[in-house]
Amino acid sequence: MADDKDVLRDVWFGRIPTCFTLNQDEVTEREAEPYYLLLPRVSYLPLVTDKVKKHFLKVMKAEDVEEMWLEYEGTPLKWHYPIGVLFDLHASNTVLPWSITVNECWTQIRLHINDNNFPDRDLLHCTSNSVIEAHFMSSIKEADALKHKSQVVNDMQKKDHKQLWMGLQNDKFDQFWAINRKLMEYPTEEGGFRYIPFRIYQTMSDRPFIQKLFRPVSPEGNVHTLGDLLKEMYPAALPNDGEQKRYQVVIHGIEPLLETPLQWLSEHLSHPDNFLHICVIPTPTD
Amino acid sequence: MPVSLLWAVDVYGRVYSLSTAGQQWEQCRDAQMEFKRVTAAQQCCWGIACDNNIYLNVHASDLPVRYQEETYENQRWNPVDGFSDRLLPSDRWQLSDVTGLQHQPLDNFRLPSSSWEWEGDWYVDENFEGEPTEKEGWSYAIDFPATYTKDKKWNSCVRRRRWLRYRRYKAMDTWAKIPSQQTTLPDPFSDISCGGWEINEEPRGRLSLWAVSLQGKVWFREGIYHHNPEGSLWEEVPLPGEVVQISCGPGDLVWAVLWEGQLIVREGIGRDCPKGTSWAMVDSPSPDVGATHVAVGVNVVWALTKDNKVWFRRGVNSHNPCGSGWISMVGEMIMINVGLNDQVLAIGSEDRAVYFRQGVTSSELSGKTWKVISVPRDGDRSHSSASAHSLQSAGCYFCGEVRAQSLVTKVRSAGPAVLEEETIPLEGEVKAPDVGVSLSPSQSVGPLDPQWSNVDLEEAQGQQAQTGAVVDTADTSSLSSVATFTLAMEDPYGVDEHPMWAWVSGGGCSVDSHTQLNWFNSMVQSVQSMSLSVTPAQTAAWRKQIFEQLSERTKREMDNFRHYEQAIEQSVWVKKGTMQWWRDWKPHKWIDVHFALEQFSGPEGNKDGILFIYYNFYEEKKYLHAFVNEVTILVPVLNDSKHSFAIYTPERTKQRWPIRLSAATELEMHDWLALLSVSCCDSRGIQGPPSKQAIWSITCKGDIFVSEPSLSLEAMPYPTPCDQMFWRQVGGHLRVVECNSIGIVWGIGYDHTAWVYTGGYGGGFFQGLASSTDNIYTQVDVKNVYIYENQRWNPVTGYTNRGLPTDRYMWSDASGLHECTKTNMKPPSPHWTWVSDWTIDYSVSGGTDKEGWQYAADFPASYHGHKTMKDFVRRRRWARKCKLTTTGPWQEVPPIPLSDVTILPCAAQSSVDVVPLWAISNKGDVLCRLGVTALTPAGSSWLHVGTDQPFKSISIGAASQVWAIARDGSAFYRGSVSSQSPAGDCWYHIPSPSKQKLKQVSVGRTSVYTVDENGNLWYRQGVTPSYPQGSSWEHISNNVRKVSAGPLDQVWIIADKVQGSHSLSCGTVCHRLGVQPLEPKGQSWDYGIGGGWDHITVRGNSMEPPRVHLPSLTERTPLPVRNTEINSSAVGC
Repeated sequence: MADDKDVLRDVWFGRIPTCFTLNQDEVTEREAEPYYLLLPRVSYLPLVTDKVKKHFLKVMKAEDVEEMWLEYEGTPLKWHYPIGVLFDLHASNTVLPWSITVNECWTQIRLHINDNNFPDRDLLHCTSNSVIEAHFMSSIKEADALKHKSQVVNDMQKKDHKQLWMGLQNDKFDQFWAINRKLMEYPTEEGGFRYIPFRIYQTMSDRPFIQKLFRPVSPEGNVHTLGDLLKEMYPAALPNDGEQKRYQVVIHGIEPLLETPLQWLSEHLSHPDNFLHICVIPTPTD
Repeated sequence: MPVSLLWAVDVYGRVYSLSTAGQQWEQCRDAQMEFKRVTAAQQCCWGIACDNNIYLNVHASDLPVRYQEETYENQRWNPVDGFSDRLLPSDRWQLSDVTGLQHQPLDNFRLPSSSWEWEGDWYVDENFEGEPTEKEGWSYAIDFPATYTKDKKWNSCVRRRRWLRYRRYKAMDTWAKIPSQQTTLPDPFSDISCGGWEINEEPRGRLSLWAVSLQGKVWFREGIYHHNPEGSLWEEVPLPGEVVQISCGPGDLVWAVLWEGQLIVREGIGRDCPKGTSWAMVDSPSPDVGATHVAVGVNVVWALTKDNKVWFRRGVNSHNPCGSGWISMVGEMIMINVGLNDQVLAIGSEDRAVYFRQGVTSSELSGKTWKVISVPRDGDRSHSSASAHSLQSAGCYFCGEVRAQSLVTKVRSAGPAVLEEETIPLEGEVKAPDVGVSLSPSQSVGPLDPQWSNVDLEEAQGQQAQTGAVVDTADTSSLSSVATFTLAMEDPYGVDEHPMWAWVSGGGCSVDSHTQLNWFNSMVQSVQSMSLSVTPAQTAAWRKQIFEQLSERTKREMDNFRHYEQAIEQSVWVKKGTMQWWRDWKPHKWIDVHFALEQFSGPEGNKDGILFIYYNFYEEKKYLHAFVNEVTILVPVLNDSKHSFAIYTPERTKQRWPIRLSAATELEMHDWLALLSVSCCDSRGIQGPPSKQAIWSITCKGDIFVSEPSLSLEAMPYPTPCDQMFWRQVGGHLRVVECNSIGIVWGIGYDHTAWVYTGGYGGGFFQGLASSTDNIYTQVDVKNVYIYENQRWNPVTGYTNRGLPTDRYMWSDASGLHECTKTNMKPPSPHWTWVSDWTIDYSVSGGTDKEGWQYAADFPASYHGHKTMKDFVRRRRWARKCKLTTTGPWQEVPPIPLSDVTILPCAAQSSVDVVPLWAISNKGDVLCRLGVTALTPAGSSWLHVGTDQPFKSISIGAASQVWAIARDGSAFYRGSVSSQSPAGDCWYHIPSPSKQKLKQVSVGRTSVYTVDENGNLWYRQGVTPSYPQGSSWEHISNNVRKVSAGPLDQVWIIADKVQGSHSLSCGTVCHRLGVQPLEPKGQSWDYGIGGGWDHITVRGNSMEPPRVHLPSLTERTPLPVRNTEINSSAVGC
């Protein structure tokens, strides 16, 4: 008998097999071997690529490199999106392992010439883990503002915040969820959170993502479903009657049925930042 | 939560009930006529029908309402005839009552009403005070009245025997007329109200029923008990005026409204006087507008005035039934009613809808808002001929004012099962065939009536469009049949708008502020469920889809890449906190410590950890540590001063000295306990629910623990030592738990509620990961807290509360050593809340006088219930109920409260095989549960097994041998129990060990063990298949509290006074060592977890230990066993 708790574990322990290769244009002392890793879907790229960095540094002059950025088939990968979202958005339905190209920023170049190879238009700089921590914690706070008017996150102590972050950073499911469960509670009589923290991503648009206020329960007391959310936020994602399905609605690499209650999704399929990240991608044509 | 019913009458006199689990009003079909009013209790509902007679509907229960009639046959010896019925003229009747004063021949006994039937004929009771009599049930004495013995002696001149016959109440689940009295009542009744079931300790069934007649007189129904549900007679209650309406609460509140608009309050209602003594007058809430209606609960009074305003009475309680003042509330109502738990229901004056008062709690009795109960009626969904009939008759009775209402919205009120619609009332032109569209998906209610015939789909749709139907017919897939309604008669109430209610009664409706009710949005939900087609089955579909896709994802993305390196290295995680620690050495005290849990992953990916306690010792920093994989149990020890818990390891179990820690707040303690518990389980690779073989135990506080037996737990000669067993907590609160080896587990709460295990784990404070999401339910338990009032007699003032200086406190605990007053006494832990006031407890062993006093020569001594010349002290016990609300993997098995339960221990062949389960009700009835299988562990219904006296303990062995202990302390064996005859045929009486009263029995594969009231453990000798009753009792051990014999004939007990290196421990789990087929009594005890354990069951563990071949040296000699004392009464001090 499968329990809803198992979903949390499955979500947390989701891994994407990844092959890192160094950009051909990089100057190396010798040829760089590709590097294979299992990346946690719920984590962020800079948190898990220390090994990659080390690996490629071996073939480069260490002092040259300050920052590393990654791309997939020419698309720079935003480090502040969860890894799973990046994969679902750009690379789902492709052959595994996921092939990521590593680019290195040379300190000198970036310092002296403003026009270096870093895609400033697409990526934020990420110089240390504290930047990710700040981003992660602000996401959690934003989500709780939506869910509980920030009451839960504000009632937490500093060490609880730290535990959430350390749990994510060190891939400690129990540690993370010991605190995170408090963020997932809600008064029974209200039937759900105040608003569902969600983001809808799309590959076809320049808009980064859709994020609006949406309640888990309608004023009449109906439970809102994933379908209701999309109908309001992104009607094009829903198949018209009798028509071939044009888009896939992917969360954590799976396609939940449109009648799945949104509140349940938010409680079980949210990323550690407490947002439900929904990717709308074109249905593969093959 | 058990399902219970809310009763209501609509304006046409139709009676409906709404289940707390339901979403529609169910019409009470068997009501032959219309009703004016109903008043409900949990076990029955009373009503006044339009023929002005009073009707009673007793809800069918698995426990029959049966009454034992008895009469005594008396005989005297004379030299000519021997014993004969020729008595002396001064003697009693040949057939009399027990006192001999009443003449009671057998054929004088008549059934009280047509609702009763005889169960069988008269028979002779062959038991006498727990002992079988020689024959024919005679007991002998020197003369009437005297002491009777079962043995005939030389001087036995008289003898008597008891004849028994049972009658049974048969009118269950139907409205049975209460026969009117011989002395005809002056005028018909206009109002009734029942209540009063909480004013004394009588078992459920005792009621106070008050009635008002049309002339404004008030009547009280005498003698309503469980075995006499109809009561015996009406008694008029004198009044200060003419009453229009009356309300009786579950406790001692009774209020009534006078014609003039004032209210009167009954005073003097108490345990011995349910009728009360006098009336007090209370003015109407509003000086100009009189009161019209009143409703009372346990501690609340609500009233309505003529202008339909709602009023709440402040300050009402047992001591002040009149309260102190009125508060005006919002809402305009025409009728109001207070149900169980002081929940409030009302009928709106405008819309005649039933309203439920939301947010009523014991601290906020006035609640928050009115919420309309908006569920449809079953009659709204489909017409059966029965309802058509009753509608018709109702229509004759009341004028049809409802007809003209608009229709379009009505369709919305129809449920998902069958949607129907009629064209006539709206259009007014199409007269004859009413068109109904039946949307009947799979869950359609029963077969369609013959009046329905299928027609073409398009046509129906056309008609629908014409009438402006709101049904979205695009969803044709769910339109499985469309039919025409061809009932010739025009039915004026075919589909009326929302129901119009006249009367509501919540006296049987057990809801409280925690209850989840589906009563409020069902209209919206049902419409929505049609458009979005969310049904329970499909709910499962989306969940199933997610589970399936996640496992596919794992396969796709991970299975082929297991050899890849993980991006994040596993590392040590440390969680720190500050706590207090009960210092291990003297002087023992709480000292501040830093506490840390270090978690790391072992070489095989298994998680492990170490606990550290850092403390200062003479300015020096030191620490104490324990490996998480050595921790055997975490026990919360919540008392009112500390949020503490105990950590045991095998070593500390031996020493009887755990690591005791205390967190600053309860929340912090629960966080730590949940984390430590997950950590301990992780380190041992334990996950999910307990196995079927699990051993369950319960502490004195009602906490539930479960242990997975190792394969070698029962191995010979080297079993796993008991102190190494790992116990983890399961949510919930129980007093008794029993299981078997196919995973059926039942529990009994302190309040005797029966619970069945749901297959989940966690609950309680185990939130988040340590708990399953499904199968966790709210569990409520109630228990009494007792204190004693002590007094000493002195010649001047008689009994006073001024004792001698050497005496005990005037208000104390049972020992007298601790002062316990009504005000300073707190509930056992912060989880418990008071739910009643202090009341005198009359049910103390030894008996009490009318004021609850027990007398004795001096403190402490044995007390008796009446004063004698030699008594100088007295005491009485006060009880106060407290309630605990928690969660756990338990679901209630209503409605019969139990005191013991037992399940056949061995494995069934398949999951649908019926498993015998026996129980004792808290009244002492023996019950057999039908339909219990591994798939349906709750079973279906109770079968009542007749006994001539109440029982208290029962156990069924692996070969269906049923043993039971009667309240008088003797044992009984049930003959011929088999799968064909699950209830067996008769009881064989088995005398108890001499001068001992047995209290508990447990039967394993073949062995039978009992425990007596003095703590002795007895083994039944000589039990063979041909002689299953055995021959004699053999003493095994003393200081035993409970015994559990399992399907391997393993024997486990809860022992008292077990010695450890640090302290003496009461309530310790012990395992009998050396039990072998040829030596079923075993040799010695091995001690496990202890200090406050109360119950254990090993009846799930049927795992045969691996066979060990012993070196021939030790063959047939007693084996040395680790950690034991080779001594049969090893548990002794």
